[in-house]
Amino acid sequence: MDTLRVVITGIGVVAPGGIGTKAFWELLTSGKTATRAISLFDATGFRSRVAAECDFDPAKEGLTPQEIRRMDRAAQFAVVCTRDALADSGLTPAELPAHRTGVSIGSAVGCTMGLEEEYVVLSDGGRKWLVDSTYGVPHLYGYMVPSTLAVEAAWACGAEGPVALISTGCTSGLDAVGHGAQLIHEGSADVVIAGATDAPISPITSACFDAIRATTPRNEDPEHASRPFDRDRKGFVLGEGSAVFVLEELGRAKARGAHIYAEITGFATRSNAFHMTGLKPDGREMAEAIRVAMDKARIRPEDIDYINAHGSGTKQNDRHETAAFKASLGHRAYEVPVSSIKSMVGHSLGAIGSIEIAASVLSIERGVVPPTANLDTPDPECDLDYVPHTAREHRVRTALTVGSGFGGFQTAMLLSSLDVRDAA
Amino acid sequence: MTAVITGVGVVAPTGIGVEEHWTAVVNGDTAIRPISRFDASGYPVRHAGEIREFDAAERVPSLLVPQTDHWTHLGFQAAEMALADAGVDPAELPEYEMAVVTAASSGGTEFGQKEIQKLWSKGSRAVGAYQSIAWFYAASTGQISIRHGMRGPCGVIANEQAGGLDVLAQARRMLRNGAKVVVSGGTDASLCPYGLTAQLSSGLLSRDPDPARAFRPFTPGAAGYLPGEGGGKLIIEDAAHAAARGVRAPYGEVAGYAATFDPPPRSGRPPTLRRAIDGALADAAITAAEVDVVFADAMGEAGADLREAAAISAVFGPYGVPVAAPKVLTGRLYAGGAPLDVITALMCMRDGIVPAVPGGWELDPEQHIDLVQGEPRRMPVRTVLVLARGYGGFNAALVLRAP
Amino acid sequence: MADLGLDELKKIMRTCGVAESVDLDGEILDVPFEQLGYDSLAVLEIQGQIEQEFAVAMSDDALEHTKTPRQMLDFANDLITTGA
Repeated sequence: MDTLRVVITGIGVVAPGGIGTKAFWELLTSGKTATRAISLFDATGFRSRVAAECDFDPAKEGLTPQEIRRMDRAAQFAVVCTRDALADSGLTPAELPAHRTGVSIGSAVGCTMGLEEEYVVLSDGGRKWLVDSTYGVPHLYGYMVPSTLAVEAAWACGAEGPVALISTGCTSGLDAVGHGAQLIHEGSADVVIAGATDAPISPITSACFDAIRATTPRNEDPEHASRPFDRDRKGFVLGEGSAVFVLEELGRAKARGAHIYAEITGFATRSNAFHMTGLKPDGREMAEAIRVAMDKARIRPEDIDYINAHGSGTKQNDRHETAAFKASLGHRAYEVPVSSIKSMVGHSLGAIGSIEIAASVLSIERGVVPPTANLDTPDPECDLDYVPHTAREHRVRTALTVGSGFGGFQTAMLLSSLDVRDAA
Repeated sequence: MTAVITGVGVVAPTGIGVEEHWTAVVNGDTAIRPISRFDASGYPVRHAGEIREFDAAERVPSLLVPQTDHWTHLGFQAAEMALADAGVDPAELPEYEMAVVTAASSGGTEFGQKEIQKLWSKGSRAVGAYQSIAWFYAASTGQISIRHGMRGPCGVIANEQAGGLDVLAQARRMLRNGAKVVVSGGTDASLCPYGLTAQLSSGLLSRDPDPARAFRPFTPGAAGYLPGEGGGKLIIEDAAHAAARGVRAPYGEVAGYAATFDPPPRSGRPPTLRRAIDGALADAAITAAEVDVVFADAMGEAGADLREAAAISAVFGPYGVPVAAPKVLTGRLYAGGAPLDVITALMCMRDGIVPAVPGGWELDPEQHIDLVQGEPRRMPVRTVLVLARGYGGFNAALVLRAP
Repeated sequence: MADLGLDELKKIMRTCGVAESVDLDGEILDVPFEQLGYDSLAVLEIQGQIEQEFAVAMSDDALEHTKTPRQMLDFANDLITTGA
């Protein structure tokens, strides 16, 4: 049984539209979008040519030349977020109990940019199947194994406890934080650096989503391309970024006088066992994940004040999860504000779950829920309160955030202000 | 809650099926051969543990073959065998009580290389629809969940070689959280030109051209390891659930586990494998004296071997426990390596036979471990410690106990 | 360029595998792909191969118009003859 309570005491975010929690929250509450024409590679000829990119200069963010050379962009994001989250928590690596500090990082596609860039050289532009190993850079193996992302985060904070790279497609960011919380609940660690990172805006990832028509072809109007719950949505907009948290056992956090953002009160994951990419309209397994998370948290539908939706903006997803909210929360689904920040920061695959946790935690902290941008004409089948266009002042004591991933994975997490459990 | 292993499935260079594999291991039959999946003659490493006679068309549902990489074909087949071995019929069990958690290391490398080559040689529209579900690390878990209607928690841990033990501990956590039957374990298959090239860059592969000499852990001449493909899947089940459905003798119990992470290179801080071993023994509530055999990570790289031997002899005393390293017969299987070691360890417990590395190796006198050599050692085995390390600093230790 | 014929289509379908209970040499022209064991991803894969082989580009709503092999042949051959 879970006896130890887990709280978030530090946040680091690298997201499209700005580096750091302040810029991130300003973007979300302004309702502005960070989607634009792809600049990270020449997307001429691709079906979808829009993305939500980070304006990220690794040197400016404090990475050394060797770190920059060694690390894939996804690792760079994760390391910057790890350092920022630690600084935000008031802890220094030297103060962390190394043996009792764990790391849990999520990523859907690992170091895919590094893998592709090196492939192009080794294959001489796709000419050689028998790639030329003499052109291999020393850190190429580190790109092939996504574990490198967790290694870099662990090195950045000096963790010597349990370290894991969680890779469950687009629920990785929720699942990694859920795993981190589990390590504290069960007593395997006192502090866990948990979060997720992905940097997938590359030719191969864009081409593979093109092939299944999952990303939007709305190229002429990039700022309005990501349209969750809107009648005219045509697929998701690829994003990139990272969010990393300092998770601590509550007693420890209180003892050192840490600022506590929120408590992780519930977490559950289920699978639809239906299709690798497709979703049934009934949202059945996501509803089950939400119910199990509520049950574990001893939280009722009436206690949920905000839903941070997966809201990817594909035809299937937005109906699927609307149905899931209704099935799990009953009439409460119609009363509670629901929003998708993917409308503004795109869909960064495995990273987005953690970025959405950051948004949910900040909504609790600031009493504001971010809007769903570009929701001009609601889909008649999506009939909840999706907070169109404009952020809303709203007291949030418990937020629900959900994710849905290729492979059929459905995850739900509940985040609450401390008084929710104190009162229970 | 006690987590027991009720089914195993092996798809390894040493054999398809646990008995074929175990016979080869007991006999010391090496599966290291010249690489045949592609022309490796131009590469500095030309030998590996490949799976022979695995025809996906015969073993994997037809529609699944083109959708997935070789790595998932192997994992899928191993999962089928493990389920059959456990006598589990997923159709009869509650959907939310069945879970899947697999280890991944390199993902669908060969499939990915083919698609990325199409992209760079023919353009973005040449990339097929299946790249989106074949290459990524969650492909095997997702396909197994779908095939069997397993709607409980599903996960993937990608901690390179150590992940193969981490997922068994994760399966035990899932049982503690209410799941009843978990498909776990892992496979890897990165023997394609790009996969091999990436592995070469780590500097850990042995470039000794003589396959009989190339991979010799714990010897003074240790020059690295040879790679392999495949692995194993296990059914981890709540003991009470297994008993209720009539399982009389599970293979063994997942009795203890701990994971640690080494400090960065040149930090001056000590390595942490020993702490993982101590943690796993404490978790199993046993003393070092109760461990009958250790299955070593046995990387075959001088420094890594020295550190592992030091950790083992620190916990068990110099030459204090028999040490097995059957991976010399298969090569290092990454995500598949530790699950295969666990299955081999269960056979070792069942039959009371500790597998040996080939005789005639001169062991490093600096490494005070009792590596079983030459002939397999016959002895009662009730408790085994399995070790695995992942690239970059992961350490995992798992205690298995006879039922 | 030559039209896409049924035999050519079947060849492409076979690269996506054949479900255990399905005989592609039977009467399949008007059997929905779904009933033949090909889900939406498989149909996208089939479309992609046709696009590559015949140098055509299928529209985003192609899935709506290619629910059976006959529809796929008609849809593809329209594109091939118009050179779209």
